[in-house]
Amino acid sequence: MAENFNRNTNVSANDLARLSQEAEAEATPSSARIVWDEFKADKPAMVALVIVVGFILFVMIASLFINTPKMMQTNIMAYFDRPGTDGMWLGADSAGRSVAKQLIVGSRNSIGIAIGLTVISSTFGICWGLISGYFNGYIDWGMQRVYDFMMMLPMTMMIIVLVTIIPHYNAITLTLIFSIFYWEGTSRLIRSRTLAESEKDYVAASKTSGTSNFKIIFREIMPNISSLIIVDTTLSFAENIGVETGLSYLGFGLPTQTPSLGTMIANANDPNNITQYWWTWLPAALEIIILCLSISYIGQVIRRAADASQRQGAGD
Amino acid sequence: MWKTILRRVLIMIPEVIILSILVFLLAKAMPGDPFTGSINPKADPAQIHHLMKINGLYDPWYQQYWNWVVHLFHGNLGNSYQYQEPVTRLISSRAANTLWLALLTMVLTYALALPMGVFAGRHEGKLPDTVIRVYTYVTYCIPFFVILVIGIWIFGYVLGWFPTTGSISADATSGFKSIWSRAYHILLPAILGALFSTVNIVQYLRSEVIDAKRSDYVRTARSKGVPNKDVYRHHIFRNSLLPIAAFAGYSITGLLNGSIFTETVFSYPGMGLLFVNSISYRDYTVITALVLIYGILNLLGTLLSDIILSIVDPRIRIE
Repeated sequence: MAENFNRNTNVSANDLARLSQEAEAEATPSSARIVWDEFKADKPAMVALVIVVGFILFVMIASLFINTPKMMQTNIMAYFDRPGTDGMWLGADSAGRSVAKQLIVGSRNSIGIAIGLTVISSTFGICWGLISGYFNGYIDWGMQRVYDFMMMLPMTMMIIVLVTIIPHYNAITLTLIFSIFYWEGTSRLIRSRTLAESEKDYVAASKTSGTSNFKIIFREIMPNISSLIIVDTTLSFAENIGVETGLSYLGFGLPTQTPSLGTMIANANDPNNITQYWWTWLPAALEIIILCLSISYIGQVIRRAADASQRQGAGD
Repeated sequence: MWKTILRRVLIMIPEVIILSILVFLLAKAMPGDPFTGSINPKADPAQIHHLMKINGLYDPWYQQYWNWVVHLFHGNLGNSYQYQEPVTRLISSRAANTLWLALLTMVLTYALALPMGVFAGRHEGKLPDTVIRVYTYVTYCIPFFVILVIGIWIFGYVLGWFPTTGSISADATSGFKSIWSRAYHILLPAILGALFSTVNIVQYLRSEVIDAKRSDYVRTARSKGVPNKDVYRHHIFRNSLLPIAAFAGYSITGLLNGSIFTETVFSYPGMGLLFVNSISYRDYTVITALVLIYGILNLLGTLLSDIILSIVDPRIRIE
């Protein structure tokens, strides 16, 4: 193309190179670049990112070196050890098990379930919202009725009932049960954006030229609302940490021999534990708070990056 | 207008029917049977078999469902196996506790959220707005049960300002004293619940106020000399009041879901705690009744909100 260009005009090759360089510099930067600039401009966001990524990597790797069945064994000699004694940084619980080690394995389990739940429920919610928003008429009407019905169900109760019905549940079945109930928020958001998007000219043009519906939905509309999808997924990840831990706290989440942040906080149900042996539950509670705040702060930053009028990084 | 409401109510009917079938089947799918635990441990298996038979537990599920529905319409939800009393009486004694807690939480939520929303919108972009935004952001993303646990630890145990269990203290028997004792017991959970559920109202009100500030009617009011304070109180606030009222219906759903956690943390004898206990004792009749009641309350909450919204905004009425 450059050769053609040269032949027909009197712009020298040097000028052309300079011009294209300028054009590149002025062009809109890639979205990954924008998000990264946004993080660089916002110091607390950088801290949040380091905390979340560093912490997740740490628990994933550190839990590989911990022998869970051995860790969960009762050790009566270490009954409610205070933090710092017997080589246990965070003390021990009523069965003499190290709180620090439980915290690491528990975080791995809870974060793992939250990630799985986010992936499954967001994928389903996105597809549901896209299809429901794109096809007006009967399909949308039917899907909306299903949505209404799901919204009516008392979520926590239904999850608890399902957990008691399934005989040998584990982390995977638990994640699937949660996923049945946690796609609605995403689907509603995506549907309303898809409704607006499918009235735009490019969709009409694509329809006229005979593109299949499937291709329009997933190759044309979805990329156009991808920033919304990314923001929503990040924010629902923060929320989903609360889902499993909450149910485990009530005693209907992970089985008691599998440590989770929720079961650790459940130590606080005992009036003695909550004041005297605060180290058995407080670290887990603080960890959840810090994680959730950091993750949703990251979500806020990505949302800002997606909206050009709010950006702080790489201004003008 | 009436058409919209009628249409919404008609759609509700199949929803309730499907919910009742679902709840019934889930209860049937739960392991165990209602008699093995409740009678003498040395009972003859044949006797249990006989009890199952005369209670119709071997009938096909649709017949059992039909019997259950007929009883339901007679106000008979069966007996609780754990407490050995009619489910309707058991639940109605607990329901009042849950509803008082929900009501106080809602009142406090509005009392906190309305001034904050208007204030944030009025001082858009300035320090108060930033402070309120940070507050809503923090309260939005922390899981509620963690807040409850930390709240009861600090204010209930360490500082000792509030009671930590129950709905009424033992020595408060009559009159004013018992009312005060009840109120005192729900105060901490209600405050915590209110502090952490203002997000939606504050954000909505804030953006409404920001929009209204630039609208023509506010400019007219200003130019004819209405004081700034009255512009906010009588013009802007009035206008956004109804949509805000619509949030009340939706927040019922949130409060009911939250009641399971609140009541467990505070050992508060309401419907949520009853549900958690019934699950541990496999008290099926109570479980089915509670799930059904919560589902119908959710539905009524959404209906209420939708009706208010369709009064406010004619565009969403169905023709």
